[in-house]
Amino acid sequence: MPSSTSIGTGYDLSNSVFSPDGRNFQVEYATKAVENGGTAIGIRCKDGVVLAVEKLIGSKLLVPGSNKRIASVDNHIGIACSGLIPDARHFTSRARTEASNWRKLYRSPIPISSMADAMGGYAQLYTLYSSVRPFGVTAIIGGMDEAGGPGLWMVEPSGVGWGYFGAATGRGRQAAKAELEKLPLPNITVEEAVKQAARIIYFAHDDNSKDKDFELEMTWVRLEKGSAEGLGEGVSAKGWGKHEEVPKELVAEAERLAKESMEGGGDEEMEE
Amino acid sequence: MNHFPEAWGRPRNDVYGVYDASHLQSSMPNQHTQSPIVTGTSVVALKFNGGVVIAADNLASYGSLARFTDIERLKQVGTHTIVGAGGDISDMQYLHEKLLDPLIIKEEYQNDGHHLRASHIYRYLSKVLYHRRSKFNPLWNTLLVAGWDDGKPFLASADLLGTTFSAPALSTGYGAQLAVPLLRRICPDEAAVENITREQAVAAVEECMKVLFYRDARSLSKYSLAIITREDVESAEGETKERVNIEWKKDIELQNQSWKFAEGIRGYGAQVV
Repeated sequence: MPSSTSIGTGYDLSNSVFSPDGRNFQVEYATKAVENGGTAIGIRCKDGVVLAVEKLIGSKLLVPGSNKRIASVDNHIGIACSGLIPDARHFTSRARTEASNWRKLYRSPIPISSMADAMGGYAQLYTLYSSVRPFGVTAIIGGMDEAGGPGLWMVEPSGVGWGYFGAATGRGRQAAKAELEKLPLPNITVEEAVKQAARIIYFAHDDNSKDKDFELEMTWVRLEKGSAEGLGEGVSAKGWGKHEEVPKELVAEAERLAKESMEGGGDEEMEE
Repeated sequence: MNHFPEAWGRPRNDVYGVYDASHLQSSMPNQHTQSPIVTGTSVVALKFNGGVVIAADNLASYGSLARFTDIERLKQVGTHTIVGAGGDISDMQYLHEKLLDPLIIKEEYQNDGHHLRASHIYRYLSKVLYHRRSKFNPLWNTLLVAGWDDGKPFLASADLLGTTFSAPALSTGYGAQLAVPLLRRICPDEAAVENITREQAVAAVEECMKVLFYRDARSLSKYSLAIITREDVESAEGETKERVNIEWKKDIELQNQSWKFAEGIRGYGAQVV
């Protein structure tokens, strides 16, 4: 973050202007916007990917389940966003265009790494010109493809994007990252990851925005049920999975376990 | 130069003869598809109590040449539907790749638990076909749409003219002549569907595929068959929800063929008398 001395020096007023010590403050402010958003995490498993978001509820009048934060892109990719919601909507709409163009050109679904590449490039364009501002969004892109199996990428407002076994962004990212690091990734199944993701979101919520209401939103991409059986350590399933919401009953069970572990004080539940 | 401005700058007819402009424009109107090129033959389908069975062989003919023998003419569209296509194979591929696949992808963006059902796919396809025939540029197909809709089995046909038709036993192409009368023996009307079991329906369709292979010179002994049924799933909230189940059988080879009847055929072929 710019130190108090650098604010008001004029170097933070525009993209396309570096500060004398080589920073782009607009990008750093965009990152700040993300840090205030609800926590979003992604877990890469051997048979798929799980995305989860802590959706902070601004009003009790909102219909439960409305205003989704995880979007489907093509059949096999999901994007979970943290940060400014309108920016996220535009970002995912662009991702859909990329996926559709890829299909027209190559007659096959876009690989996850290529999607991350394309979206990283798109985000970076918004750091170059004084006429635009960077995306106030960090996007976790998860899916499955035939080349690499499960893929999980996180694209930041600067345009940088890395591949992850476990990714976290938003307000509770520090707590979430600490918990993700304890998991034996990527050698867990999607079913296990669903429970862990729910627990981590509850944990991060408790840590950072306890006073606010939230809904847990969870999706996965995976091959058909049972595809993880027979896969050894470090071996992952390959093929196009479908991105869809985790079935309600599994979410309910995962939330029950998450709440239980919160009351129990956290870490005992870890191993299961 | 003379007093006809339209002649100025052109080769003079009295010197060079009348200019042959035939290569400049054609007197023919704009040409659209006037006949299919690579074609598939019949699609056969029958409703039964609790579902629909649909079958089509794997041949794509180039005229009378059996050009491609591994073409899948039945395709699943979304969760509830199978579309079977007879007629031009490239038009079928256009329908799927350019229209239906993107349609289904866009429909699934919502993630709201709603899916396009068979009747929706059917209505969409029939509108596209009618629209194209109205532009005098038809998509040269006859389609059968089989699936599940609103708690009932669904089966209907749409053709290159935009004609729509629904019946419990349907077929396209040569099968409309040969298979439909056979199917109507066990399924004369909608009321009869209730008394047809899944096994009976599959056997009847398999029998039709055999008859078609015997008599249709553009058919193949290898075919695909799909059975669309419904199962009730108990959800977490305790309510029963229906889930459409599509069972595929691919690369089926016709069994127990008997060509004895061919000896009795007179009027064409190799016999002298």
